[in-house]
Amino acid sequence: MFKKLRNKTIGDIIFDLIVYVFLFVAVVVCVYPFLYVVSVSVSSGEAVNKGLVTLLPVDLNFDAMKTVLNYKQLWVSYGNTIFYTITGTILNVFFTCLAAYPLSRKRFCLRRQFNFLLAFTMYFSGGLIPIYIVVTGLGLYNSRLSVILPVLISAYNVMICRSAFESISEELFEEAALEGANDIYIMGRIAVPLIKPTLAVLTLYYAVARYNDFFNAMLYISDKKLEPLQLFLRRILLEASTEIMQTTSIEMAAASQSTIQVRYVCIVVSVIPIMLVVPLVQKYLVEGTMLGAVKG
Amino acid sequence: MKADLKKNPKRKDTADKNGKKGSWKKSLKRDKYLLLMMFPVMLYFLIFCYFPMTGLWMAFTQYNVGSGLKGLYFSDFVGFKWFSQFFQSVYLWRLLRNTFLLSFYSLIFGFPIPILFAVAVTQLKGKRVQKTIQVSTYLPYFISTVVVCGMINNFLSPSSGIINQLLNKIGIESINFMSLPQWFRAIYVISGSWQSFGFNSIIFVAAIMGISPDLYEAMEVDGANKRQVIWHLVLPSIKPTIILLLIMTLGSMMSVGFEKVYLLYNTAVYETADVIQTYVYRQGIMSNNYSYAAAVGLFNSVINFTIVFFANRLSRKVSDTAIW
Repeated sequence: MFKKLRNKTIGDIIFDLIVYVFLFVAVVVCVYPFLYVVSVSVSSGEAVNKGLVTLLPVDLNFDAMKTVLNYKQLWVSYGNTIFYTITGTILNVFFTCLAAYPLSRKRFCLRRQFNFLLAFTMYFSGGLIPIYIVVTGLGLYNSRLSVILPVLISAYNVMICRSAFESISEELFEEAALEGANDIYIMGRIAVPLIKPTLAVLTLYYAVARYNDFFNAMLYISDKKLEPLQLFLRRILLEASTEIMQTTSIEMAAASQSTIQVRYVCIVVSVIPIMLVVPLVQKYLVEGTMLGAVKG
Repeated sequence: MKADLKKNPKRKDTADKNGKKGSWKKSLKRDKYLLLMMFPVMLYFLIFCYFPMTGLWMAFTQYNVGSGLKGLYFSDFVGFKWFSQFFQSVYLWRLLRNTFLLSFYSLIFGFPIPILFAVAVTQLKGKRVQKTIQVSTYLPYFISTVVVCGMINNFLSPSSGIINQLLNKIGIESINFMSLPQWFRAIYVISGSWQSFGFNSIIFVAAIMGISPDLYEAMEVDGANKRQVIWHLVLPSIKPTIILLLIMTLGSMMSVGFEKVYLLYNTAVYETADVIQTYVYRQGIMSNNYSYAAAVGLFNSVINFTIVFFANRLSRKVSDTAIW
């Protein structure tokens, strides 16, 4: 009896050990790259070029940081991204509610037809080329609308929002209707406040998508005054543009900043908002994935 | 299935009532505010979804650059010219192979990790530790594709990248990962599961947390150890979730993310990296072969439609839940 118990505990200890090691590796793999990027961006250029930075900053130094933060185009694109994110998200959520509410009303005479039109867009799409021709054909090339309009409503999110409206008790609607409230009033004053948690999740998803959107901007924006942060980042990170380095005076360059350092600073600057927001909204994330899974 | 059968006849009834002649005007009048709400929504779907769909007619015509929206409908008809050109080209198999393999490896490699992670993280007793670990693994999911690809590109750089610096330290010469075709798929798949495993585990964690504590107690009374609990209780309980998500992943098999491939690849690795969507982009937007590119895109859309359609039917059968 005693022997059996002992065996079990040894087995359990090994099991626990495996679990801990696995979790440790998972966390390191997710956190280390960001830590490394931050460390490089606040180390001295010399240390970076020699390859001395592997975990923590070496010779704390903010020259690369200053160079990047003084570069005007960074702030132009950052400002554009803030505009696209805020305007885009508000419009996304507004139009999603506007689509979802009528589709959730059982008595709505064209409900089935509209539901079909909506669902069909999830199965089939015209594809890149016709959409590109339509957007440019409407004269939206190099306009802020080209980033905002083509992704105004996500059919998938409408369906999530629709099931949230459907879960509200029907009596509430009937009562309000008896008292003479029209659908616009019922939606704005009764239905929308009741599905706030779902709307919070949708807002989060739309906002992150807007902040990270690169595809539409790449297709339709060539004017640097209108470009969002992600387009700017692509030039710096992936096309090896040295535009930031060229702005620095010769003495600054003599301080031997490495190009890679400038790139890592750009990553830090762009990722900070996400890093701040995600931990704050983590409870909504859990709700959000559940929303997607339990739909009929 | 059953739920559907029950629901459907009811729906038909109400539709029939509404559909009777004469009552049409009434119901339109009654629903005027709902129709008013739907108007801008449908305008959006018509302009940005259905108009491009009908614009696919261009895949059968000779669309000329600069002919604008009119050219979508009124260009010279050429029949299946672009399709046969594509089917006879060397690209067809290369693109299908790359598109399929990238999805397939992502599935094989990326699907089990979130499940393992969810099982491991729920073994921890402290709620706080559990939450902290989870949050740190979500982060990569919310980073933009541009930044992720920028990090990959710079980490793997042969001169200044951290990976090659570490390799040099243990005596291995630098490898130019980004321009060697044999590395592309590994880079794509590994970075993909790095980015999404934490986030994808959320749903499994929730499923595991939903298991009744009574069941755990019962197994403990029977003298089961942790491995047995996982094998006989935890995994069977989350099986429906696993199957549903597997089917959903299968549904997106041939729609490999355009952005990531586009940002990571270069001419040196087209052999293993080029997928249908990137080819469409190069042919259409870069080289102005609009009609040809639209034909290839239509081919891709039809494949996707078929796969999603069957995946959805499968999921209805298996789990009473349609993907949508």
